[in-house]
Amino acid sequence: MSLLIKNAIIINADRMHKEPQDILIEKGTIVKIGKGISADGTKVFDAAGKLVFPGLIDMHVHLREPGREDKETIETGSRAAAKGGFTTVLCMPNTTPVIDNAMIVEAILKEARRVGLVNVIPVGAITRGQNGEELTDMFELKQAGCLALSDDGKTVGNSRLMRLAMEYSRMTGLFLIEHCQDPDLWCKGVMNEGDVSTVLGLKGDPGISETVIVGRDIELARYLNARIHLAHMSLKRSVELIRFAKSQGIAVTAEACPHHFTLTDEAVKTFDTNTKVNPPLRTREDVDAIKEGLKDGTIDCIVTDHAPHTAEEKEMDYDHAPYGMIGLETAVGLTVTELVEKKVLSWTQMAERMSAAPARIAGLANKGVIREGADADITIIDPEKVWEVRKEDIVSKSKNSPFIGRKLKGAVVTTIYGGKITYQSS
Amino acid sequence: MTMPSKILDHDAIRRAVSRVAHEVLEKNKGTGGLCIVGIRTRGAVLAERLKECIRQIEGAEVPVGILDITLYRDDLTLIDTQPVVRETSIHFDITDKKVVLVDDVLFTGRTIRAALDALIDFGRPANIQLAVLIDRGHRELPIRADYVGKNIPTSLNQNVKVVLEEVDSRADEVVVEERSKEARDKDAEKKK
Amino acid sequence: MTTEWTHKDLLDVKDLSREEIELVLETAKSFKEVSARDVKKVPALRGKTVVMLFFENSTRTRASFELAAKRLSADTINISAGGSSLSKGETVLDTARNLEAMNIDAIVVRHPSSGVPDVLARHLKAVVINAGDGCRAHPTQALLDLFTIKEKLGKIDGLKVGIVGDILHSRVARSNIWGFNKLGARVTVCGPSTLMPPGVEKLGIKVTNDIDELIRESDVLMLLRLQKERQENQFLPSVREYAKRFGVNQERLKQAKKDIVIMHPGPTNRGVELSAEVADGEYSVILDQVTNGVAVRMAVLYLLLGKGKSKVEEGNV
Repeated sequence: MSLLIKNAIIINADRMHKEPQDILIEKGTIVKIGKGISADGTKVFDAAGKLVFPGLIDMHVHLREPGREDKETIETGSRAAAKGGFTTVLCMPNTTPVIDNAMIVEAILKEARRVGLVNVIPVGAITRGQNGEELTDMFELKQAGCLALSDDGKTVGNSRLMRLAMEYSRMTGLFLIEHCQDPDLWCKGVMNEGDVSTVLGLKGDPGISETVIVGRDIELARYLNARIHLAHMSLKRSVELIRFAKSQGIAVTAEACPHHFTLTDEAVKTFDTNTKVNPPLRTREDVDAIKEGLKDGTIDCIVTDHAPHTAEEKEMDYDHAPYGMIGLETAVGLTVTELVEKKVLSWTQMAERMSAAPARIAGLANKGVIREGADADITIIDPEKVWEVRKEDIVSKSKNSPFIGRKLKGAVVTTIYGGKITYQSS
Repeated sequence: MTMPSKILDHDAIRRAVSRVAHEVLEKNKGTGGLCIVGIRTRGAVLAERLKECIRQIEGAEVPVGILDITLYRDDLTLIDTQPVVRETSIHFDITDKKVVLVDDVLFTGRTIRAALDALIDFGRPANIQLAVLIDRGHRELPIRADYVGKNIPTSLNQNVKVVLEEVDSRADEVVVEERSKEARDKDAEKKK
Repeated sequence: MTTEWTHKDLLDVKDLSREEIELVLETAKSFKEVSARDVKKVPALRGKTVVMLFFENSTRTRASFELAAKRLSADTINISAGGSSLSKGETVLDTARNLEAMNIDAIVVRHPSSGVPDVLARHLKAVVINAGDGCRAHPTQALLDLFTIKEKLGKIDGLKVGIVGDILHSRVARSNIWGFNKLGARVTVCGPSTLMPPGVEKLGIKVTNDIDELIRESDVLMLLRLQKERQENQFLPSVREYAKRFGVNQERLKQAKKDIVIMHPGPTNRGVELSAEVADGEYSVILDQVTNGVAVRMAVLYLLLGKGKSKVEEGNV
């Protein structure tokens, strides 16, 4: 099976090729890049006027299977990922049961392969059952196919246990992803603690719940000479701490979500439960700092924290509605609209934050770049297309997005995963 | 459009109130058990004037109360503009009293119907009599006045406007004017 | 008066203009007179149905609203969380949609979570009246407090008002702050620092921990109920210490202005936020607040269930 992409403006993290080129794909691999390639009997795809990115990688999604197939399944989640331009996703372990043993990892991989729309890499739990008490069998998880471990949804609250997890996981080659939120300081706040929560009378999550864990984990990583990846950073102060840590040569990486560089806590004023997310939407100052962090590389990558929830759950009152919003299908539009259009990121930086950096962090050697010999994971984007996020167009099983009704610039035209077209816009 | 025509002037109104005062006293054989309740706003003014006339004639004080009938209106949920509720002040017991209810214009009778309901919530009077400055006809309910200052035959396309110095800050008069076409159309629309 | 009442719902005092607040207070005066009659009932809302949808216990507020609705001849139904299908997993919105399908005219809602009345108001044709949501708003309480102060002191403008207690968790404090600000009073909030919401001073008020200074300055002192669980949740070392440091007693009141007005939204914790002598004393208007609550709620129901704008109408009816 082969495919020829003609007239491609290739955007790699290190370079934007000004001249259109052709990309020949055979058996899931990019075999040739150059001008005027012709191949008889090959399916030809004309990418004139479009931008051709290495397949996008989302290091942080919730696919809900097993356990909450009413919210999302590996199949529907894969479809949403492909539509959003993603070719690899790392799915978080807070399923039911938790991804804390090889059997569940294998079951997920098997189902993901059956669906075959996106490369799904399960993230194993750091602690058994994500209960924060005992470490998982990390070698077993690694062998089953995990690349990373996380108790996402919760912080590993016990600092000693986190220390042990860092030390032990280092030996396995797995890296840890921390959901940074001190549980006692968080106190189940439903929005950012500040002027807006004061007016709305909603329980606030003080930003320090995030920053004390960011600080703790940076210190642990420094002391142990270990790696740590900090999930969904939401605060100016977190960006400052990470910038400092990086300047010290500490092996810290970090990610941020489109909603944290797009929306502020003002959005909660509608009491729309689709704005309830954890960590919560913060202030304008934080939004600006996250953008700045993405610009200068303090924040390494953009992730969606795609968190599907049913309409019934989100129809509950603000205090009781679950945290989270879907994000796979709006990530490219929001990144182009909020970052590229506003000159925060260049196109190559977008390729870095959404593909090259996550590939590097996750250790995916043949992904995150368009070059001869690399995996044929490619995302083709129309940079000029303006579109409206419409509920009826969402393919994720859940529709909990605060962006419904919003006009975005930049749309995924085609997604190619392993040389196969997994999404094609109509 | 025809010019508004003045039906009563200051003196005519004074004479009409004075005549009604005499009739009230004659019919009730003095002021024993008598009280006066005026309907807000102009009925209340006329009630005060009536009381003053009675005092001058008989030398007796008759208690006067003010009734706001807003909450008893039967069109409360139909009208566009919601009327402001004002206080009712009847600081005496009306039970077993002869109540003279006073209003400026008697038209459909609906205001009086509301006022009767309201009054009965305040107690059980011996009887209720109705005194109005103007009766312009077009009753929609079986209600009639016991004392009338002046009967004025009108058409439905006319408005009767009562001006009283105490509330309008200009000389008393009663005027009949043609209603504007817009106002009539609006009414017709409402009835559909 | 030609103030227009344009709101479909009453969600928060924050949404009302000064004129609209004054219209409610003015209208409430007439209803207070109705409540003083032998027959305390007028037919103004005959045929209207008002649902009391209470997801949180509240004997007083519910009784007050129910009385208000009944005195206006509306029919009332009570639905409380325990007895409704909400406890069986039905969403709030679902419950409300079901109610609306029965052609009700208004919902008086109390809910432990902020914003529920707003969400209902957005989805329902019926009038929604907020009877207290989470820690956010309790508009009728604020309106009745304003009414009571105006009745006692003749004005609101320029008064110094102290609000004492657990500001963090108080919807009464929040709604009152909006109300006082709009009517020109100057508000100082006072309480333990752990029970002050962050950035509260940005609402245009002063913050202090000194109750004695506040008592000396204030024309009105509003004391909030201290929930016992605040100690359990570690906001306070002890209720005893709170009572000593922030409780108002006769001794403390000696420093106060001669005509100070002491208010409390009830129910009071005697011996905690105020002593029994103060609660029953000459400056206390706590029972007037209860009386006025009915009148103010009648005014609110009347204004919301009536139509369009409100203004004086004269003429040939």
